[in-house]
Amino acid sequence: MKLSLVRIAGTIAILIVLSTTHTRIHAQFGWGAPPPESAASIPTAQLLQPEELNRLMHVQGANKPLVLQVGSHMLFAQSHIAGSEYAGAGSQPEGLNQLQAKVAPLSRKSFIVLYCGCCPWSRCPNVEPSFKLLHDLGFSNVKVLYIANNLGTDWVDKGYPVESGR
Amino acid sequence: MRADARARSAHRRLLAGLLLAACFAAGAQTAPLVGKKAPEFTRKDFSGARIDLAGFRGKVVLLDFWATWCASCQVEMPTFVQWQRDYGPRGLQVIGISMDDDPALARRLAAKLRLNYPVAMGDEKLGELYGGVLGLPLTYLIGRDGKLRARFQGEADLKTIEKQLTVLLAEP
Repeated sequence: MKLSLVRIAGTIAILIVLSTTHTRIHAQFGWGAPPPESAASIPTAQLLQPEELNRLMHVQGANKPLVLQVGSHMLFAQSHIAGSEYAGAGSQPEGLNQLQAKVAPLSRKSFIVLYCGCCPWSRCPNVEPSFKLLHDLGFSNVKVLYIANNLGTDWVDKGYPVESGR
Repeated sequence: MRADARARSAHRRLLAGLLLAACFAAGAQTAPLVGKKAPEFTRKDFSGARIDLAGFRGKVVLLDFWATWCASCQVEMPTFVQWQRDYGPRGLQVIGISMDDDPALARRLAAKLRLNYPVAMGDEKLGELYGGVLGLPLTYLIGRDGKLRARFQGEADLKTIEKQLTVLLAEP
């Protein structure tokens, strides 16, 4: 009996927390925009730091990853990680279709690194849906580049190699 | 005697410059473009009217690079609407530049947020003119003299931007 009461109280507490979180998100985006997917939900073990990716870009063979930008095409055109390819914005259904088409011919064991860099990490709407798609497709060696602020600050300003163009 | 007066005047000008620089350094990021003439551009806004940056000389311009996928941008934009209403009569002009790939999404959000300032689509050329728009939000403040006076990258403190804005509005 006591256990049931505890369970009911726990369920009510969780519902209250979820409801207030939802209200806070909608209050922040006053006009009722859907909250962005959170990059923070990507497991830490799947993250790659910029200096590590820079090192990996210089190796040859199977350890060299396929690097895909899954954010804004306009930002990609201005500047992107040298050697990376555009694969569609992960926050848009058509972007995810583009990513799916891009990886379709690849082995599920391919080493793939996703990145965006449009916004501060916790605000990025693109990397989490892209990571989830590859995971759901069965790709087992996918990492996400951790960009704390944006591509300019965390990659370009550090002097790591970049290219421009679509 | 005349040399002393000239030296004192130069000293005062240097102190005033340092004071202003210290004020702006408190919140804004430094960037090579700040202090230089704002790169000129012309665009058609969403209503079809022409935006010519040179035409806003004499006003303080808040140039906001944003996109529909940028959550932080959408937190800032209602405040920019309020500033345009409150500070517009004192000489503020907010201009929005969408860095979206799809103009339809930008138009829809601009209408939804009831933006009361001109908004146009950007592109990589405009981004490069402004030192590279490689992360949003990105906000520039342009003084009445047409020079870039401050740059805010990422989630900036809106109170800091407002403080600097009012300093610029107070300038002749």
